[in-house]
Amino acid sequence: MSGFPILTVMLAVPAIAAVACLFLNAQGARWLALAATFVDLALGILLWANFQTGDGAAQWQFVEHVRLFGIGGAEFAWALGIDGFALLLIALSVFLMPICIGASWLSIEKRVPEYMAAFLATEVLMIGTFAAQDLMLFYVFFEGGLIPMFLIIGIWGGANRIYASYKFFLYTLLGSLLMLIAIIYMILTTGTTSIPVLMQHDFPAHVQTWLWLAFFASFAVKMPMWPVHTWLPDAHVQAPTAGSVILAGVLLKLGGYGFLRFSLPMFPEASAQFIWLVFLLSAVAVVYTSLVALVQSDMKKLIAYSSVAHMAIVTFGLFALNAQGIEGAMMVMLGHGVVSGALFLCVGVIYDRLHTREIDRYGGLAINMPRYAVLFLLFTMASVGLPGTSNFIGEFLSLAGLYQVSTLYALLGTTGIILGAAYMLYLYRRVAFGDLTKDDVKAMPDLDLREFAMLGALAAVTLWMGVYPESFMKPMRGDVEKLVARLERAAPAGDSAPTVGKPAPAAHHEAAPAAHGEAH
Amino acid sequence: MSPIYFIVFLPLIAAAVAGLSNKAFGSTFPKLVTTVSLFAACALSWPIFLQYLGGHAEPTISPVFTWMLSGSMQVDWALRVDSLTAVMLVVVTSVSFLVHLYSWGYMSEEPDQPRFFAYLSLFTFAMLMLVTANNLVQMFFGWEGVGLASYLLIGFWFRKPSANAAAIKAFVVNRVGDLGFMLGIFGTFLVFGTIDIPTILAAAPNMHGSTIGFLGARFDTMTVLCLLLFVGAMGKSAQLGLHTWLPDAMEGPTPVSALIHAATMVTAGVFMVCRMSPMFEQSAVALGVVTFVGAATCFFAATVGTTQTDIKRVIAYSTCSQLGYMFFAAGVGAYGAAMFHLFTHAFFKALLFLGAGSVIHAMHHEQDMRYYGGLWKKIPVTYWTMMFGTLAITGVGIPGIFGNTAFGFAGFHSKDAIIEASYAAGQTSAFWVGVFVALLTSFYSWRLVFLTFHGKPRWAGSEHIQHAVHDHHGHGHDDHAHGQEAAEDEGAGHTPTADEILHDHGHEGTAGYHPHESPIVMLIPLIVLTLGAIFAGFVFHGFFIEPSAGETYWHGAVAFNEHLMHAMHEVPVWVKLSATIAMLSGLAIAYGAYIVSPSFPAKFAEAFRPLYLFSLNKWYFDELYNFLFVRPAFAIGRLFWKQGDEATIDRFGPNGVAKVVQLGGGVTAKLQSGYVYAYAFIMLIGLTAALTWVIAR
Repeated sequence: MSGFPILTVMLAVPAIAAVACLFLNAQGARWLALAATFVDLALGILLWANFQTGDGAAQWQFVEHVRLFGIGGAEFAWALGIDGFALLLIALSVFLMPICIGASWLSIEKRVPEYMAAFLATEVLMIGTFAAQDLMLFYVFFEGGLIPMFLIIGIWGGANRIYASYKFFLYTLLGSLLMLIAIIYMILTTGTTSIPVLMQHDFPAHVQTWLWLAFFASFAVKMPMWPVHTWLPDAHVQAPTAGSVILAGVLLKLGGYGFLRFSLPMFPEASAQFIWLVFLLSAVAVVYTSLVALVQSDMKKLIAYSSVAHMAIVTFGLFALNAQGIEGAMMVMLGHGVVSGALFLCVGVIYDRLHTREIDRYGGLAINMPRYAVLFLLFTMASVGLPGTSNFIGEFLSLAGLYQVSTLYALLGTTGIILGAAYMLYLYRRVAFGDLTKDDVKAMPDLDLREFAMLGALAAVTLWMGVYPESFMKPMRGDVEKLVARLERAAPAGDSAPTVGKPAPAAHHEAAPAAHGEAH
Repeated sequence: MSPIYFIVFLPLIAAAVAGLSNKAFGSTFPKLVTTVSLFAACALSWPIFLQYLGGHAEPTISPVFTWMLSGSMQVDWALRVDSLTAVMLVVVTSVSFLVHLYSWGYMSEEPDQPRFFAYLSLFTFAMLMLVTANNLVQMFFGWEGVGLASYLLIGFWFRKPSANAAAIKAFVVNRVGDLGFMLGIFGTFLVFGTIDIPTILAAAPNMHGSTIGFLGARFDTMTVLCLLLFVGAMGKSAQLGLHTWLPDAMEGPTPVSALIHAATMVTAGVFMVCRMSPMFEQSAVALGVVTFVGAATCFFAATVGTTQTDIKRVIAYSTCSQLGYMFFAAGVGAYGAAMFHLFTHAFFKALLFLGAGSVIHAMHHEQDMRYYGGLWKKIPVTYWTMMFGTLAITGVGIPGIFGNTAFGFAGFHSKDAIIEASYAAGQTSAFWVGVFVALLTSFYSWRLVFLTFHGKPRWAGSEHIQHAVHDHHGHGHDDHAHGQEAAEDEGAGHTPTADEILHDHGHEGTAGYHPHESPIVMLIPLIVLTLGAIFAGFVFHGFFIEPSAGETYWHGAVAFNEHLMHAMHEVPVWVKLSATIAMLSGLAIAYGAYIVSPSFPAKFAEAFRPLYLFSLNKWYFDELYNFLFVRPAFAIGRLFWKQGDEATIDRFGPNGVAKVVQLGGGVTAKLQSGYVYAYAFIMLIGLTAALTWVIAR
């Protein structure tokens, strides 16, 4: 692959296609968008296939560096390059994009060329965010990624779309500004914009604190963490199906990626210092948003709230600052990306038929839509974290990592598996089970080929990640090791601290177990 | 290639084939695929078990591939076989095969049979993954897999609201247990640095005196780990506190109750405690808790079982109670006896459930014993097989007190072993609970037999029977699947005057209904299981609980306590007789109350009304949990949503900012027409430009 600027090409293909879409009619734009996203998917597979892992593999691969301009001693560059984390998130993005285009095939009828252009622009910006090695470049992609999303919600959204996009914007604005200030400070003090260099830079502890907080303001909103999560339910409810898929699937991962790329490696001491804050907010999120999800009557709101709870497991895992926690967090991000995307698609499928998201308007779909019911069940179970599906791996590892730091938070985090089962199964029951009594629901046809292909692909990946996660964990293993090594100096001691035991005294095994009585 | 691969994966493949097979193929193909696969798995399992019985086999581990590799945590898919697994292999595959076969008859009118058989096979796969697990995480995979299958099968008739509610309840209550199991796995990994079971068990004896922090306090390490794991076992095995899902699980088709909610899945908790027994041996506190919970469940469920009128619920509570026996056997250190009871119980309880299914089949889906009676002549094969099942569960046999070899039905050997072991272990209170529950077991089991098969027919009172008669089908069959039947039938069993109806003469009579014996495909499993109920105890007790034979058989697979097993043989004669005396007393009371003087139960219920209601309403656990957990969860959820998100966060957050912007900038119209974000963007871009300029200068 040497010499071929594959990352730039992956950015250029959807970018050119986006512009071209604007000059086509609706049908042409659809096909072009689909073709472009498939090209990017193929390039993504190529990227993955050529990514080196194991000993001796470089941390940063497919590196491209073109100097753009210098200001005040700092060099700004078109610097791209990926490590394992970035690779996996790019793979997730390019995998979800053709599905998003497919999901919009019929349901979007107005301004189709512009819509497709917006989606392709989102793809460019997402890949750019994950591939950027230059701090300013990252910032542009990271914040820019929201613009097409505002448009998608604001133009093609539901009845209350303006309020939703306003809220989405307002939340992100504050965080973005603080992060920008922090970025400028970092550039000024270190004289570099290179992310890999900054990841090795040791900022003084008191500086780390402020920088960490500034970045946290941005990432916490993107995550979203409690209590800055209230934009998400509204954004999801108003967004068109594909908008929700990409929002839940990839955009929610920007926060986690930010923590992984910036907060943890650049500010290890501050990260350790603020563990209590992250854990506290995460614990509240797990319990609070799960309970809120339980009482929702709007399907999309329910899944949106469940996303907040799942993302709390990500922050739990990341800030456990150990290998299981961080790998688990990444696996939750990937798994949730696939599964919540699939769940929003499942909602979209029936929304397209009945044009309502009210759970109570459905019921008994297992009777007339059996194929849909099976796939929906699979994604429900994956969301619940059933072993054998993608989400289990992540949740299990994150919580295992968390337990090593705090048994109390591990207990609180694990309550998510009970509450998650309650709200998801309750949702599934009301939609798919029960008798088929409503006439308009009876008339709903089962999945067509297009829908089946999209959900089938997502189902296959869900099971693949659950049964053989090694495919996904291998590329990031080296990066996790490096990160954990960097965090080691700051990582907290856990509250378990088991003391060494000694062999049991020669057991006489007299009948009474009272013989063991001195266990304390 | 080791046969274990076929045993485990054939059911999975069969489930996939059956589940994905096109409707156009009809239902025979999926039924055939699953049943034949299970037969093959069963046929391959018995030789393995016999090999271990022969005492020649070493534990084997058949690798599949790596599952997870994270830091120092390595989790492999692998299939472990040792003497403990071997017991479970034959139990699971045998009962599963017989249940598959039985379902050909029982489910024959069901339109959705491929789905049913696919679920059954999927369950079997998950259960086999559980029992062959060589590490805790694969065990958890199987654990959750059987939970999924259980959820799907309880809710098989998904049109019925009560079935859906029961399915969710089963899953969610089990998840409470899983919370403990997961924390137990985390803790075990933290302490031992591995989740590999043999490594953990080898290291466990060196943990004496070790302490660990948990939730801010310090405890004995092994006690914490064992109790966390045991919470998981309590959920899966429906122990007191987490038992509420099991009776409701009877909403599932009866073959499911026999396979999952009697013979196999619910015993997973017992299996887990036995598998981890070298760990439990290190904590007297944990063992004490296991004993206590087991004994409490044993007692609780038996008391409830004495007043239920739904035939399946009686057997469900009976299962719950017998699981309690298994746990307190494990708690006193008699793991061999626990596994032995698990083994024999699988046969006779599956038999009782399938027999009950046969009765229900004959009685046109009527499950209320108040509308049975006098059936023994009509369905003689069912009657006699259930009779043997009852002899087995009540523990009929001749104790070995005169120097003779003890001989009896399956439950006689295993349950008496538990009761004697608890005495020998010095757990006197557990012993007395065991004896008293033996009386209750005998009472509710014989009550079931007498109400169902003896006395005069009381069929006329049943809506199901009336329905059948008036539909002129008259064969105990009609076009209705269970699914379409009204849920309110379920309510019939819950009226406070339950036993009184028995003696309302208006309900007596056959209403012209003619029950028919079940087809041969249902009777074969009954007969095979009857053989198990008769002989399983006598034939196998040596390997499970005899001091030296047991040591040879278990070969370290469980913490087999040879001394305890010796001591068990040396208990006083009155101890050996106690269970038998209790059994005979229970029989006598049941005979007196339901045959000799049928008006007695109603009078008794009247005289001790509060006690009666307490038992009939299952100690009010459901009401308590609804009050404590379910309703508050919804109420708090609504509170967080409306008062938290909307009235606080949004009000002072984005909406508050919007108000300020409106007042300050006078952009009300713009805000409403949606341009605000455009303005804000321009602001952001401007700010960026300004800052860049500042730096660049």
